[in-house]
Parts: sequence; structure tokens; C-alpha cells
Amino acid sequence: MAYSDKVLDHYENPRNVGVLDKDDPNVGTGMVGAPACGDVMRLQIKINDDGIIEDAKFKTYGCGSAIASSSLVTEMVKGKTLDEVGEIRNKHIADELALPPVKIHCSVLAEDAIAAAIADIKAKRAARDGSEAVAS
Amino acid sequence: MSSLNIPIYMDYSATTPVDERVAAKMAECLTKQGHFGNPASRSHPFGWAADELVEQSRDNVAKLLGANSKEIVWTSGATESDNLAIKGAARFNVKKGKHIVTLKTEHKAVLDTCRQLEREGFEVTYLDPLENGLLDLDVFKAALRDDTTVVSIMHVNNEIGVIQDLAAIGKITRERGIIFHVDAAQSPGKVAIDVEAMNVDLMSLCAHKVYGPKGIGALYVRRKPRIRLEAQIHGGGHERGMRSGTLATHQIVGMGEAFRIAHEEMDAENIRMGALRDRLWNGFSDMEEIYLNGDLEQRIPGNLNVSFNFVEGESLIMSMKDIAVSSGSACTSASLEPSYVLRAIGRNDELAHSSIRFTIGRFTTEEEIDFTIAKTREAVEKLRDLSPLWDMHNEGIDLASVVWASH
Ligand SMILES: Cc1ncc(COP(=O)(O)O)c(C=O)c1O
Ligand code: FES
Repeated sequence: MAYSDKVLDHYENPRNVGVLDKDDPNVGTGMVGAPACGDVMRLQIKINDDGIIEDAKFKTYGCGSAIASSSLVTEMVKGKTLDEVGEIRNKHIADELALPPVKIHCSVLAEDAIAAAIADIKAKRAARDGSEAVAS
Repeated sequence: MSSLNIPIYMDYSATTPVDERVAAKMAECLTKQGHFGNPASRSHPFGWAADELVEQSRDNVAKLLGANSKEIVWTSGATESDNLAIKGAARFNVKKGKHIVTLKTEHKAVLDTCRQLEREGFEVTYLDPLENGLLDLDVFKAALRDDTTVVSIMHVNNEIGVIQDLAAIGKITRERGIIFHVDAAQSPGKVAIDVEAMNVDLMSLCAHKVYGPKGIGALYVRRKPRIRLEAQIHGGGHERGMRSGTLATHQIVGMGEAFRIAHEEMDAENIRMGALRDRLWNGFSDMEEIYLNGDLEQRIPGNLNVSFNFVEGESLIMSMKDIAVSSGSACTSASLEPSYVLRAIGRNDELAHSSIRFTIGRFTTEEEIDFTIAKTREAVEKLRDLSPLWDMHNEGIDLASVVWASH
């Protein structure tokens, strides 16, 4: 299978590979996929006090398109709010990387990873706000 | 380090380049200066010359098998031979029974042929191999029934290179009067064949895995005791009615020459390839979490199939772009299934997704092996750094205990 230049670029020079502290209340972690399916994506986002995503990291086990999709997503989310990031659809990723039809599910996985990371951070906030309310 | 030709070919089980000696012989059968005649033309020297070359080639193929040249039927390749053998024998013997026994790790040319026969009302038993890829003879014996007419077991597996014990299987089928078909596409020149000692009744062969051309193959059809087949391609009655169609002299001559060379050079070649394969395996052996797929001893020297755990095969191939290998992982074929061969030998999905098949051959050099070791290690390290599974493994998390958000 031939890969697009964009996929190759992200694959060869993946952006924002790494790990953020998953216990940090400002960090949301989304882990999606399964080893049995041949793909597992972990996306982490960190928001600042203004609710803006200031950092994002990923690690991915999967094909080249899955790795490129997650690398691209870390670039797309930085500087955006959670609501803005929630608008990102797999089509944006697939179009940007010129993924062929058999590789669309890799971009779906990236969309799922974003949603999971947002959900994680919202859950953390809800828990924190909840406990603060009890304390006061 | 100057003579390396990039990319390096490490996929000799997929196909091989045609040996120069073979190409030279083939070229003599094409133009008007050469032997272009139709081997079936009995009325002039053009036909006689072509016929003589075809018969010499038949001899060469027969010799490698320990067979008689009258037992060789030309086909277009191993796929066609598998179809002719299994469909031909099963349908011809339909009054005796409708049960077929085969192995789950067979090539699709055998498995899909069996599926077709199932649609026609035949019953097929697909046996599980042992974890090392070999057939368990007790399981095999237990699967045979009074209405079993055909057994189809491959000689050398194309993915993991393991060699089945044909003599032991053939002894059982001969005693029971069951037809024994063998897909031997991967064996000529790599492991000795003797259809008499092995009691093989039908054997599928092709040229393109043995430094011959693509698009030509043969089926060995035993004469004593005589095995009868229902033809699958009808026409001018060539090949004793078993396979009609004008014989492709240049292809046949290519296959004959390729088999002659393979027969002659097998012993020396195997020693050389065994050393190269061991060098390759030694180059990986100190890496963590790597698994050899298939038995190391009962295996052709040119094959090394390794799973690099926590790294996905397709991305591994992508980062080894200077090396031509193949993967048992899903995504290479767009079928989204990991290798059925690795699943059949009991590998879990992760390991099946992480496998790479290196197959080395006549033109592989030590330099190429060393380059392959270095590039593979580099790629595995890079991808493990990218792999959340590798992180989890290093944190001591048992991946089997994790509940995955499957999609
Ligand atoms: C074991 C086995 N059987 C059959 C085939 C099909 O052979 P051919 O390409 O000659 O049809 C192959 C090669 O792909 C093979 O490895
Ligand atoms: S992760 Fe399976 S095709 Fe991309």
C-alpha cells in the first residue's frame, strides 16, 4: 500500500510522543482500541486555568496511519478549548492525511481517543467540584 | 559495505527472481530463431523440437520428485494444481465417499478449494496443528473415516516454513486406501522429496518459488496404484486429458531448468542458507519479548518468522522500508484479520499482529543479513518507544487483564 506524504511525514517524525501525568487533575487521558484488533491509541491532553489545551501527548500501537492520525491530532488540539476539540471529526483527520478507505477506521480511532480524553478530564473536574462542594 | 542493493529482498517465499541460467533457456523458445513451435504439432520439426524440450523438462521435474516423467501434468501453477488435485480426486471418487481431511494452516488455494467442495455437499475436516505448526499424527488418524477419500496436507508451510512428516502421513493414508495430496509449492530445492518413499499420490508444484517463471506449475499424478481425476479444464485433450490447453514451451522449459538446478544445488544451498538464517536469528536473540513462530528444527533453512511483541506488523514493515519482508498482520491485506496460520498454531492476536516473515534465498548475502538485523532492531526500538503497550508491559501490567475499549 502506498502512503501519502503527510502520513509518511507524521510517521517518520511523529509529533508530541510521550506521556503526561495521568493523575494530574488538569490532564485527560483517552485510551482506545485493543491489542487484539491491532491498534491501541493513548491520547493525553493538558488544559490550563483558562480551559485551553496547552499540551498534548500520544503513544500508539498500530499501523502507520493510526500513528500518523494520533500524531496529527496532538497538533490539532493544542490551543483549543475542550468544546472546540470536541468538534473534531474523523473526516477532518482522514482528509488531512489523505487516508484511503481501508484506513478510515484509524482516524475513527483518533476521534474516539479525543472523546475519551475529554470525558476523562470532565469526570475529574466533576469529581473535584463535587468534593469541593461537600467541603465548603 | 558498498555492494548493498537497496531495497533488500527478504521475501523469497512470496516469489523468487528467475535465475539467469533459467531465463537464458526460456529465451530460446520464443522467437522465430528459437523453438517456438507448438509441442502438439506432430507433423513438422518445429513441433518435434518443442516437444522434445517439454519432455526433457518433464524429466527434470520428475527426477526431483523421484517420479516417472509420465506422472507429471503441466498446469499454470500451484493454485491450479491444488484445484485439479482436490476437486478432481474428490469428484471422481464421489461414489466412495464425500469426506476430505486437511489442515488449518494450508494455503488458501487448498482451503478455498475445500470450501467450494463443501458448498457442493462434501464434508471437510480442518485439523488444528500443534503449537509448533506440525500435524499431530494421532489427531490425524482419529479424523479419518470410512468415507474419507482425499487427504490434503502441505509439505512446507509458506508462512512459518515448517516441514510436515509426509512419510508418516503417507504410510497411514496408503494403508487406508485414501488418496494423499500434498501442496509442495514451497519445497523443491529446500527439502528432499521422494514420492515413492512418502507414498504421495498427488503433489502440487510451481516454478516461481524455485527461481523459475511465474504462471507455470505441475501436478504429480501417481500411476501405480493409478490415481484418477476428473479434469477441470476441458479442450484438446492435452496432458492425457487431465489438463487441456497448448503447452507453454518457454514456461515449461523454465520450470524444467529451475528444477534441474534446484535438484543439483540443494545440498550446498541449504548449508549456506541455514548459516544465513542462524546469523539472522542470532542477531535478534538478545532482544526482549520476541517469539519464533513455528518449529526451529523441522523447518526449511530459508525461513524465519518472528513476532516482535508490542509492535504492530504493518507499521514495522513501514519503518523497515529498505527491506522487503511480509507480515502476518491484518492491515497489510486490508482484511483486518491477523494471520490465520499464526492463529491456528495458537498465537494470540497480539503476537499474530506483531509478526514478520523473513525469507532468504539464493541471492541473499551476509551483508544483507547484517543490514536487516540493524534496520529491524532500529525499527522495533522506535516503535516500542511509541507503543503504549510497551509502556504498560514495562510497568508490569498484564495486558490480558486489561478491559479494552474495543471498537
Ligand atoms: C503453499 C503454497 N501453495 C500454493 C501457492 C500458490 O502458488 P501459485 O502462485 O503458483 O498459484 C503458494 C504460493 O503463493 C504457496 O506458498
Ligand atoms: S490500525 Fe489497523 S489499519 Fe490502521
